[in-house]
Amino acid sequence: MKKAYIGLGVLGIYVLYSLGIRHQQPQLAKPSSLVSGNQGSSSNSNGASLSSAANTSASTSNTSSSSNAATSSPSASTTSGYRDGTYTGNSEDAYYGNVQVAVTVSSGKITNVKFLQYPNSHSTSVYINQQAMPYLQQETVQSQNANVQIISGATFTSQAFIQSLQTALNKA
Amino acid sequence: MGMPITVELVGKQDRSALSPVFNYFKEVDERFSPYKPTSELAKVNDGLAKTLWSEPMHEVMKLCEQTKQLSGGFFDIKRADGTLDPSGLVKGWAIDNAAKLLKSAGYSDFYIEAGGDIQTAGLNEHHEAWAVGIRSPFELNQIVKTIKLNGQAIATSGTYIRGEHIYDPVNNFAAPAQLVSLSVIGPNIFEADRFATAAYAMGERGINFIASLPGFEAYQINQAGQATFTKGFNRYVA
Repeated sequence: MKKAYIGLGVLGIYVLYSLGIRHQQPQLAKPSSLVSGNQGSSSNSNGASLSSAANTSASTSNTSSSSNAATSSPSASTTSGYRDGTYTGNSEDAYYGNVQVAVTVSSGKITNVKFLQYPNSHSTSVYINQQAMPYLQQETVQSQNANVQIISGATFTSQAFIQSLQTALNKA
Repeated sequence: MGMPITVELVGKQDRSALSPVFNYFKEVDERFSPYKPTSELAKVNDGLAKTLWSEPMHEVMKLCEQTKQLSGGFFDIKRADGTLDPSGLVKGWAIDNAAKLLKSAGYSDFYIEAGGDIQTAGLNEHHEAWAVGIRSPFELNQIVKTIKLNGQAIATSGTYIRGEHIYDPVNNFAAPAQLVSLSVIGPNIFEADRFATAAYAMGERGINFIASLPGFEAYQINQAGQATFTKGFNRYVA
């Protein structure tokens, strides 16, 4: 019986939280390591880099994506208060599956965010009918170290991601 | 648009064109934000008569309709709750317009990046093509591919890129979980962005749609870490 009450309580809190966040657009800057680790030699005296602020979020300040600025999230406006270490966030429902992250903090900054869980409900079959698609090629993806100036990819504003990250940072 | 925007200019010391560019992005955000109750889009969703729409609103809605036709219905700005959300097209459209602003101000070498979508122009400060990394959908601080662009654009759709925005309107459920990242290279960011959004909603066969478009290449990654790419994609690989 006690378990049921706890379960209901947790569910209730989640529902209230979901209702609460429906009306705000979460905002999360890129982890600073993304920029500092991959940007290579892009900073130069001839180029002007400027980031701004076409920002719908009322609850958080924007972070320059072209500097090694602190990473911010809706209720963590600065990284300076974080203790070094690796922290695991809660598993959060992203409605197409669960998202759970582990965040690594070094020198007060987020240096890595790792997915422990991501939506995985479908089969992970890699079957592709090569006969049907002769104009396509395949390879296994591999992380690489390269000097790049710009990154194309996800902007991590998924609420589930932010929630999991936030619970991890609450421990830091 | 709720995202950081980066503009990098090469060469010219005169930065006076930057303010109009960022002001333009703010203006677009004010007009098309699905989150701001004061935006024109919010008013449109509240039933604002078509005759009262601004010129840009007419233009965007027309382009959305056209993209829907071109993608066999997979690009659809109508949400489950009946409201319209053209975000899947507005970002690329705005970057494209901002790039035109810079070009008309005399800039020939630059890039504009907003939320992972990139329009390049000319060359970088080393007089080389711009080096662009495609981010790993599995490790946020890793890249899985480096491509070189000099004037082209790249847009990436993915499960974590505002996954809530990308869904399959034809089958009416979230984009297939199997596909986690789809990058589209195209002649400009408006085209690359809208077709990346549409193709992502198609799931694993979305890359076939891109392959059928002349001048476009794609690189997609599924959950198992397997990448599929179009024949001409390697032309851009560094």
